Amino acid sequence: MAAKNIMIVGVGGQGTLLTSRILGVLATLGGYDVKLSEVHGMAQRGGSVVTFVRYGEQVAEPIVEEGQADVIIAFERLEALRYAHFLKKDGALIVNDWRIDPMPVVIGAAKYPEKILETLEKDHKVYVVNATEEAKKLDNPRVFNLIVLGVAAQHMDFTREQWYEVIEKTVPPKTVDINKKAFDVGYHL
Amino acid sequence: MAETNKVIMLGNEAIARGAYEAGVKVSAAYPGTPSTEISEYLVQYKDSLYCEWSPNEKVATEVAVGASIAGTRAMACMKHVGFNVAADPAYSVSYMGVNGGLVIVVADDPGLYSSQNEQDTRMVARAAKLPVLEPADSAEAKEYMKLAFEISEKFDRPVVYRTTTRLAHSQGIVELEDRQELPDKAYIKNIQKTVMMPVNAKIRHAEIEKRNEELAEAANTLSVNRVEMNDTKIGVITSGIPYQYVKEALPKASVLKLGMVNPLPRRLIEDFAAKVETLYIVEELDPVIEEQVKSWGIKAVGKEIFTVEGEYSANMLREAVLKEELSVGEPAKAPGRPPILCPGCPHRSVYYVLNKLKLHAAGDIGCYTLGAVAPLSVVDTTMCMGSSISTLHGMEKAKGKEYIKDWVAVIGDSTFLHTGVNSLMNMAYNHATGTVLILDNSTTGMTGHQDHAATGKTLQGDPAYAVDISALCCALGIKRVTEVDAFDIETLEKTVKEELAADEVSVIITKSPCVLLSKAKKPLYLAHADKCKACGMCMKPGCPAMTKHADGTVRIDDTMCTGCGLCESLCKFGAIELVKEGRR
Repeated sequence: MAAKNIMIVGVGGQGTLLTSRILGVLATLGGYDVKLSEVHGMAQRGGSVVTFVRYGEQVAEPIVEEGQADVIIAFERLEALRYAHFLKKDGALIVNDWRIDPMPVVIGAAKYPEKILETLEKDHKVYVVNATEEAKKLDNPRVFNLIVLGVAAQHMDFTREQWYEVIEKTVPPKTVDINKKAFDVGYHL
Repeated sequence: MAETNKVIMLGNEAIARGAYEAGVKVSAAYPGTPSTEISEYLVQYKDSLYCEWSPNEKVATEVAVGASIAGTRAMACMKHVGFNVAADPAYSVSYMGVNGGLVIVVADDPGLYSSQNEQDTRMVARAAKLPVLEPADSAEAKEYMKLAFEISEKFDRPVVYRTTTRLAHSQGIVELEDRQELPDKAYIKNIQKTVMMPVNAKIRHAEIEKRNEELAEAANTLSVNRVEMNDTKIGVITSGIPYQYVKEALPKASVLKLGMVNPLPRRLIEDFAAKVETLYIVEELDPVIEEQVKSWGIKAVGKEIFTVEGEYSANMLREAVLKEELSVGEPAKAPGRPPILCPGCPHRSVYYVLNKLKLHAAGDIGCYTLGAVAPLSVVDTTMCMGSSISTLHGMEKAKGKEYIKDWVAVIGDSTFLHTGVNSLMNMAYNHATGTVLILDNSTTGMTGHQDHAATGKTLQGDPAYAVDISALCCALGIKRVTEVDAFDIETLEKTVKEELAADEVSVIITKSPCVLLSKAKKPLYLAHADKCKACGMCMKPGCPAMTKHADGTVRIDDTMCTGCGLCESLCKFGAIELVKEGRR
């Protein structure tokens, strides 16, 4: 099969790294060749962050380029807008309906774009989830990324059991149950 | 090898694994993106080897050299600019050679994800006459570590092992193998080889030229210098991560993939060049391979069409080599999201005070470099580790002490111990009067919280003596040393004013641990819209947890607030209130 290209975009500190690592281990379990690319250091500090996951029979390049993404998982609306042009024509864009103002907006030097979701829906297949609110219902706002991942899982070819196995392998032991619960919320939305 | 031995690994993790499997006994490093995780992964093997955070890359390299002289395999790890700090030992250990294998891992940062420049380590290594290996994925990252030690011992050369951000921070499949337990080499006293005074160094210079020639000859048949013959219309010489872009964009091309990029295998390159119609040289950053190949009279296309800046990609090659017009959608117009200080960061509080006092800061390397941008806009200069203090000193010597009355130097605790100490010693010695702020957040923050000589803990997790920074400053001859809580803005403002007025060097140590360090439950503040007068005071420090509504009133994002209380201390109308102690 041709390599499957997935991107996770968000704001530094939102857990894009953990999410991409979950996907990496998942694809490894599926027997695929896998490459993924992360962001560390200064760029992580509240900046726009993108990680790439590619899997298939054989993968060379560790990054996904414009027009090549099968799935983009966006943890924040503005970041979804910023990277939407990386999507393939029929690629799926999963968006956490959440807003974090970047510093230029906080200090009034720029405006947060209006109606981002409507704009994106014009050209792309968009799946919106308010995972941050859903996570608050679980009394743990930090697990919102597993809820988003649960939604993304609906568009990928792995079983729920495989996802469970990977969650057990990748998240801190104490948080396995809450992360599985969060994943299920997204998986059944 | 059983299937279960295949795991997915970060490039840096694979380097650590390779070092472990190669039988490394000693590793020393200073954290620096994108090299940091090598040591953090290596420490899991501490039962088999010793690893440490050294105060800087020069020390780390010398530690590794010592271990090599003593007869064990040893390595030092650093980022590209750290290799400049380590240049002094690197240039001379090149003459000395090794006893136990010696590898210096250096991580370049094309694209400047987390660095102050885009220098090419291959240039530095060539200048120091050191061999350079360069892997292209995680599997090679592990294998090349072993090869690096073999070459080091066989040819008596320290080896530079070069990576880039994209290799260091990409994951790929790696097959695990067992550690080679090697007997230590005997130490045999030989001052002609280990004492680099002129008479010996002269002989060693001739010796290493010979060794490098032997290595260049061996490079022609080295397994990692690999020809992949295919269609001969396009031939590409490449190495490292760009190899992956070549395979992606030009699957039909013939490729000479170099695993060792210094010295180059001339005969192999000449043979390859003769077989292909058009030869391209694809290397990120400087034309290191290209200039040598062209100097041999070989026709090739390189930096005429490829840039010396930033990272490459498959799309870039499709456009430049195949002249493909890519049908890629335009990116949407979206306001930028530059990195910022975290909510609850103690640097924000300090910068708020410096901004209020309309001060300039000579800055340094760390998270606090972010104090250069709006709305804090305090940092005027940032160059390299430890430079803030000496830069301020130079300004005073150029223009006099009155000139720097609205200037301070700001430097983090880890950076101060790295190379700031010397600069402060210089200020005390050479009659300076400047004010230095040491922003002590009890960690090496930017690189992801590494311990250092003042944290009381080693890389291996053992308790250690914690340098008393205040006492250290006193010992250097600074008489005015004050410690202030970073969030006590009133005291901090008063102290900064007093110390700027003083006619001698002052050090103010602002103390508060990095907000990401503490796992304790943090309090939460919320804003009352009815009490908020929309004055904007609380927005001045630029906390990302705070947003202003259309009517000018302020809200606090409860998923982001860490309860530092800075906004509350700025609100004159009681509109910001502590709502929960220890919420999460």
